[in-house]
Amino acid sequence: MSAIGHYLEAAGLPTVSISLIRLHTEKMRPPRALWVPYELGRPLGVPNDPTFQVRVLKAALALLEHTDGPILLDHAEDAPARAAGDAGDGWVCPVSFPAPAGAETPAAALKREIASLKPWQALAEERRGRTTVGQSGLSIDAVADYVAAFAADEATRPPLEGVTEAEAFKRLTDDLQAFYQEAATAQPGHGGRHVDVLDWFWGQTQAGQLLLACRERARDSGDTRLKFIAERLLVPQLARARLDL
Amino acid sequence: MARIEDLPPAFAEHLINLPCAEMGETPCVAGPPLARRRVAIVSTAGLGRKSEGGFNPGDADYRVIPANLPAGDLTMSHISVNYDRTGFQEDINIAFPIDRLRELAAAGEIGSVADYHYSFMGATDPTEMKAAVESLIGPLKADDVDAVVLIPV
Repeated sequence: MSAIGHYLEAAGLPTVSISLIRLHTEKMRPPRALWVPYELGRPLGVPNDPTFQVRVLKAALALLEHTDGPILLDHAEDAPARAAGDAGDGWVCPVSFPAPAGAETPAAALKREIASLKPWQALAEERRGRTTVGQSGLSIDAVADYVAAFAADEATRPPLEGVTEAEAFKRLTDDLQAFYQEAATAQPGHGGRHVDVLDWFWGQTQAGQLLLACRERARDSGDTRLKFIAERLLVPQLARARLDL
Repeated sequence: MARIEDLPPAFAEHLINLPCAEMGETPCVAGPPLARRRVAIVSTAGLGRKSEGGFNPGDADYRVIPANLPAGDLTMSHISVNYDRTGFQEDINIAFPIDRLRELAAAGEIGSVADYHYSFMGATDPTEMKAAVESLIGPLKADDVDAVVLIPV
């Protein structure tokens, strides 16, 4: 971000950066920057809080009036604590997954789990008027079929044309996570803390377990890009640290 | 939360050791009062139109986001999993505050909102984006932009 500020300003375009990692901004010294104390992924602080967001944006824009850079200002306003989980007791997904009928394959368990979450993901989509699920272009059931098959056998080919196997793996696994995230955050009692969704997905769902199995399987793949994505771009660092994955 | 000391040690160490190019100082360009400026967003969140392909590792190019793009047609395909996506799922303005800019323009606090906005994918070394960023200068100036808000994710 800081580099882009240098390049545009050098060409005569006034810039101001929002900064999330203060250390990087200190090192790269863009012309103007506002450091904000928000978690990665939330540079404007709080979703669905226009008043809060506009304070952040106005603080950044105000720096444009300065020509005595480089300026790095700290934005003092922390994001407010969100309701559930902030007492430290976490969030519990209120949807209890139905018990299996008997011996059940991981693929069947995943499908059953997805079926019980579909009403909530649909509600999220309806309320928001949009969804972030669908980067692969496949239905969530087709995504589930691939993930379960790959978790059992790394030779499984993704059902996507025109992209590399590694790219397809990334899009499909991103879709699965996005589906669960949207379903979780639509449920009553969810307080908006992303770590709660992270702990639930990676610690308590069949989907999370199968993605961890995919990571293991990919280690046996001869495709180095696929191995890289499965090792580095699948399980978040925060989940690894919190759940010892 | 984006305080490095609050992050898991392995991730914090990765961020601390991430090479940051020495770029010296670039003099600040003056402009008209904020109330007369035309503002564009340049994001590194890997945003783009759903109709286009997503970002892949190493991509140093950008996607164009028309200001009037319906929120449902905006997608985020940043390759990193080390940041929250639930905020963007709830509200695009958490990373792409286009509605907030419109409100500021309507209130007369900024002059206007640019017709076009842009996104890179921040996992790529930013110095590799130099040519692509410089290719944006013409379109930004042709859109009469005189204020660019750079927003990471």
